[in-house]
Amino acid sequence: MKRREFIKSILGFFLTPIFKNEIISNLIISTFKYGKNKYGMVIDISKCIGCGRCVKACKEENDVPDLPFYFRTWIERYLIFEDGEVYVESPNGGIEGFKRLNPPKKIAKAFFVPKLCNQCEEPPCVQVCPVGATYETDDGVVLIDKKYCIGCGYCVQACPYGARYFHPKTKTPDKCTFCYHRIKKGLLPVCVLVCPQNARIFGKIDDPESPVYKYIKDYPLQVLKPYLRTHPKVYYKDMDMEVR
Amino acid sequence: MEINNLYDALRSIQGFIYPNEIELRWSILIVLYPYITGLVAGAFILASLEKVFEIKEVKPTYRLSLLTSLSFLISAPIPLLFHITHPLRGFEIFLTPHLSSAMAIFGFVYIWYLMAILIIEIWLEYRKDIIEWSKRKKGIKGILYKILTLGVDEINEEIENFDAKFGKGIAIIGIPSAILLHGYVGFIFGSVKANPWWSSVIMPIIFLFSAMVSGIALVIFVYMILKYLKGKPLEISCLDTMAKYLLYAIIIDFSLEMLDLLQRIYEAEEFFDMLQVLIKGKLFISLFIIQIIIGAILPILFLGYIQIFNASDSAKKFTYFIVSLMVLIGIFATRWNVVIGGQLFSKSLRGLTIYKIGLIGREGIYVSFGLILLPFIILAFLIWLLPFEEKNKL
Repeated sequence: MKRREFIKSILGFFLTPIFKNEIISNLIISTFKYGKNKYGMVIDISKCIGCGRCVKACKEENDVPDLPFYFRTWIERYLIFEDGEVYVESPNGGIEGFKRLNPPKKIAKAFFVPKLCNQCEEPPCVQVCPVGATYETDDGVVLIDKKYCIGCGYCVQACPYGARYFHPKTKTPDKCTFCYHRIKKGLLPVCVLVCPQNARIFGKIDDPESPVYKYIKDYPLQVLKPYLRTHPKVYYKDMDMEVR
Repeated sequence: MEINNLYDALRSIQGFIYPNEIELRWSILIVLYPYITGLVAGAFILASLEKVFEIKEVKPTYRLSLLTSLSFLISAPIPLLFHITHPLRGFEIFLTPHLSSAMAIFGFVYIWYLMAILIIEIWLEYRKDIIEWSKRKKGIKGILYKILTLGVDEINEEIENFDAKFGKGIAIIGIPSAILLHGYVGFIFGSVKANPWWSSVIMPIIFLFSAMVSGIALVIFVYMILKYLKGKPLEISCLDTMAKYLLYAIIIDFSLEMLDLLQRIYEAEEFFDMLQVLIKGKLFISLFIIQIIIGAILPILFLGYIQIFNASDSAKKFTYFIVSLMVLIGIFATRWNVVIGGQLFSKSLRGLTIYKIGLIGREGIYVSFGLILLPFIILAFLIWLLPFEEKNKL
């Protein structure tokens, strides 16, 4: 090694970490791989019985106010009558389940659709946030920095799925995080955990071991409002065209 | 919104809406923001008619237009500060802007327009007078003028010529800046793809022309009121010219708005059923009666009549005053229909919510009235400090 090369490598050794932060973070968290796989959820509509346990569990787990205006996840009931008329309802987000209805007309089909933040691959809420308080993690979950948010509400307007509500205590928007505090410990989101029907399937979308990966490979799936090019990572199996 | 109001809203829902949509997030304060910004851009463009396009008839209102523009520009961000739930963090928009956000970039467009265009143009326009006044006036005014001279009290023909040239340069840059300012506000709404009522390519252009309409109407209104208060005669040729440009602007604006509506009705896409419910129901009065009839059709008829047939001066003055008031109300309804109208329907396109406005509270009627009055108070101060007619007497 020549003297010049030696000095270069010594300088390089000390200076590189200063300019390249990721080298440091790679050294510290060498066992943890961010960004390799992204989280996603499949919802099997034909399995959902509308019991509302997911809504209740979510509210308890995530400090969602127990009022009928704020939901991280909710269930919609669709009744499609024989004459083609569509009736949709979500009383109190479906938290207490759904009452038996006696409609005057004959029902052609009826089903429940659980909804939550779609954790879009191209999230419009992240795009519009003026200060970057809403951001996407490397594993594909959209989160909100509530200590940074200015509370303008632009993200609420930008979300096509009505997934965001304004939390009356923090005075910032709030929405489903896939229970980020749980999944980072290897636990399931609480809505997935409590579902008696296994209607919600959770995992990494590009990990061959994950159940979500298998669903995406094996079944025809749909996403909500695909024409908006938000690329949701919540997929629906057996979804009717009336679902919006 | 208050919890009680939310329960009221819950009971008044028609059809199905996503449960999180019961709370209508952008209130009357967000209606005021594009309204006030539009008045700024419109008044400035009117001022440019004299400075850049050399239309001498509007000279009596040149300075007034600039001062009006400034006083409304200062007031423009205040409704936003009242609206955001963490106003103390509001400055983060400037310190750590998220560059893909239309709202974040607006902060810079605003600052550019305020600091680089409007303040400089006004200062250059008044410089000679300020130096004059700083020597003559005593007391607070004298001190203020001394500060405003920025320590330079020398003036001669050469400096004056340079100032005039520089001022004209600023005015020329000012036109695209004013267009940018309000076109940009249109983009903040027009770029929200989640909302079919907002998402439209010509939204920025509609905002721009409606801004010109409201700005010209505002200057006519303020000019007539000021002259009346001072008991001085109105310069009818100036008013005639402003009214002529107002008429042109209304015709273009109205055509664009109708084009947008017709296109939506003819294409009849997914949003069509909701659109029908909306314009026949909750928006009927504010859209058809106020925005279209009071804000556009009647002003076009009145002003058009004056253009074609001869009218007496007093009839003209009366018409101009009424028309400017009608236009100001009409454009407010336009903003209302965009901002509130865009949130009344569910993004599931299956139902409607309601907007309840309270009397008191941060987003109530009293605060909104205060915010509408604020620019007029600032304008009164500016006119006290920088009289817009004194130039002729010197």
